[in-house]
Amino acid sequence: MRFALSGEQEQFSRSLHDLLSGVDTDSANRSWAAGDHGPGLKIWRRLAELGVTALAVPEKYDGFGATPVDLAVGFERLGYHCVPGPWTDTVAVLPSLLDDELLTSVASGETLASVAFAPHVPYALDSDVADARLAVEKGRLRAFTPGALLSSVDGSRRLFQPVAGDDLGTALDAEHAFELGCLATAAQLLGTGRWLLDTSVAYAAQRKQYGREIGGYQAVKHLLADVATGLALAEPLLFGAAVTLDRRDVSAAKVACGDAAHLAARTGLQVHGAIGYTAEHALGLRLTRVRALVGAWGTPRFHRERVLS
Amino acid sequence: MDLDLDERTLAFRDEARAWLAANVPAEPLKSFDTAEGFAQHREWECRLADARWSVVSWPREFGGRDASLLEWVLFEEEYYAAGAPLRVNQNGIFMLAPTLFSHGTEEQQRRILPKMARSEEVWAQAWSEPEAGSDIAALRSTATRCDGGWRVSGQKTWSSRATFADRAFGLFRSDPDSVRHKGLIYLMVDLRAEGVTVRPIPQLDGEPGFAEIFFDDVFVPDQDVIGAPGEGWRVAMTTANNERGLSLRSPGRFLAAADRLVSLWHDAGRPAHTADRVADAWIGARAYQLYTLGTVTRLSDGAELGPESSVNKLFWSHLDVALHETALDILGPDAELRGAWSDGWLFSLAGPIYGGTDQIQRSIVAERLLGLPKGAR
Ligand SMILES: Cc1cc2nc3c(=O)[nH]c(=O)nc-3n(C[C@H](O)[C@H](O)[C@H](O)COP(=O)(O)OP(=O)(O)OC[C@H]3O[C@@H](n4cnc5c(N)ncnc54)[C@H](O)[C@@H]3O)c2cc1C
Repeated sequence: MRFALSGEQEQFSRSLHDLLSGVDTDSANRSWAAGDHGPGLKIWRRLAELGVTALAVPEKYDGFGATPVDLAVGFERLGYHCVPGPWTDTVAVLPSLLDDELLTSVASGETLASVAFAPHVPYALDSDVADARLAVEKGRLRAFTPGALLSSVDGSRRLFQPVAGDDLGTALDAEHAFELGCLATAAQLLGTGRWLLDTSVAYAAQRKQYGREIGGYQAVKHLLADVATGLALAEPLLFGAAVTLDRRDVSAAKVACGDAAHLAARTGLQVHGAIGYTAEHALGLRLTRVRALVGAWGTPRFHRERVLS
Repeated sequence: MDLDLDERTLAFRDEARAWLAANVPAEPLKSFDTAEGFAQHREWECRLADARWSVVSWPREFGGRDASLLEWVLFEEEYYAAGAPLRVNQNGIFMLAPTLFSHGTEEQQRRILPKMARSEEVWAQAWSEPEAGSDIAALRSTATRCDGGWRVSGQKTWSSRATFADRAFGLFRSDPDSVRHKGLIYLMVDLRAEGVTVRPIPQLDGEPGFAEIFFDDVFVPDQDVIGAPGEGWRVAMTTANNERGLSLRSPGRFLAAADRLVSLWHDAGRPAHTADRVADAWIGARAYQLYTLGTVTRLSDGAELGPESSVNKLFWSHLDVALHETALDILGPDAELRGAWSDGWLFSLAGPIYGGTDQIQRSIVAERLLGLPKGAR
């Protein structure tokens, strides 16, 4: 038993972090929301160079055949930096649905995918920019064309009503794909929650009222301590689920990461005060992202039911 | 990253499981806060000790099995899953013993630990005082140098199990001119010594779980001083943070309770109004188990347990209350009847108070883990 990330996994997380710290994901999100995918795709390609898009692709299609733990490590950082785009669909889910040459271009970062997954993922993410569009229903795959653009609470998640087309046969392993979709979403929630905590702590340490830093007031400290506790205990659930891929564990991780991130978002806004309520501040991007991801890939109600069954 | 157990660890776990299955009393023991229950618990501890299961992580020479930290965690899991009794000597085993391992003399270890392993001597923790609760460094009880030892006077309070216990450990001010953390001495005191008065205090369940201890010029020999006089605070901090101590509270207890809660919910016809909270209790217990395995890995790699132990404490104290309140809501009108769940609920309510209140833990997390500015404490 060694329940800790390996040196390589830590290193991978750090390189992702370093790369993403140097690019402006906030403005990429804003462009993405306005339908300009350029800056977001530039980040996509840089991450592809680091190997992120190849993670779950089998080696025979030039991928790494990486473990779900590696996926969780990657998605946690994508969440931290709030990277826009259909990452879950393309990188976590698609490779388990197909055994196809298409995966070679997924691995290299050329192909983006948008996956609808009945009944828990009814709307397809970023279908306008994705070249592979697949709807999964009862273990079967269908191509779909994007119908109406729906507006998400998180503007940088462009959701489309899928209009079903040709039947493409049986999915390779739809169950596995679904668990990985849930896991990747949980990982992004954890990462986003961590950004919210770090940013709120930094703000509380420098913002002054009544002659001292607001972070020196116990009421503020205790709010942030509760956020830290929630995130600290959600993390082992995420990695435990990545190790076992047991349904109950995956659901537990999704619920706990969602709750912890939600608390981080609500607390983060409170600690920032009105500046956090402005569209200019990066906090808002994360706050709405968290709300969107809490309901994506299975609602808390659905996942709690799986825990109990 | 993996959760697989090696052959040796699996064998250890199976042996523990088999022994517990064959030996855990079929009828629950009476509360150790009653004279009869206390005696029953001593007997149980003796039985555990005879089979070397009372202090598995200790060295063999003192009655243990040299078990690794991971084995200890697994043992605890098996212990609570089997429905085995609470440990009457937990303050001794989990708090005093680690202190003796790091600061005690060989003579002290040889004299004290074997008796502790069998609960021939049950220990009480005498830290809190009427005017020193969260702020233990404000303590006033004194120790004055005399021939061959120290003379102790003052009062301690809220001491769990002191009513029936044999001995107590605690801090006393050895330098009358000192303030706060300086000038303290860590002493072990015989509760039957001349000048000691123990006054039981009934807790919410009516049983004398607490006691006040009055010291009136009580003689404590030099051999019962742990560490150097004046250095008591430093010694006490290892008690508080020790990795084998309560700071790494056994996840087994919460997992066993969460599993019982899920069964209770199913048996009650899966009442919808409590479904989310039942699920959250199980999720919390599983999170705590995995968190602990992460801590075990880090400690085995040589890391020290720091302020994260406050994260632990905050998490499980909250989890325990929520879990029991959910059970009571499922039980409906029967919840008010005395039984395992209502007793467990009463006990859970103390979690956010003892061992440092939730407010104190939150301040530690915020200042030492998050690095927020220090404030009035
Ligand atoms: C079941 C149980 C068993 C116990 N067993 C033992 C034992 O065996 N031995 C022993 O020595 N003691 C024991 N205690 C005592 C326990 O350690 C103390 O109760 C605890 O440290 C709190 O002290 P207090 O009760 O004096 O509360 P106080 O310190 O007076 O606190 C009262 C309230 O004020 C808050 N508060 C105090 N200071 C601050 C601050 N700086 N910032 C924010 N909030 C603050 C607290 O959080 C609490 O809510 C036990 C307590 C319980 C409930």
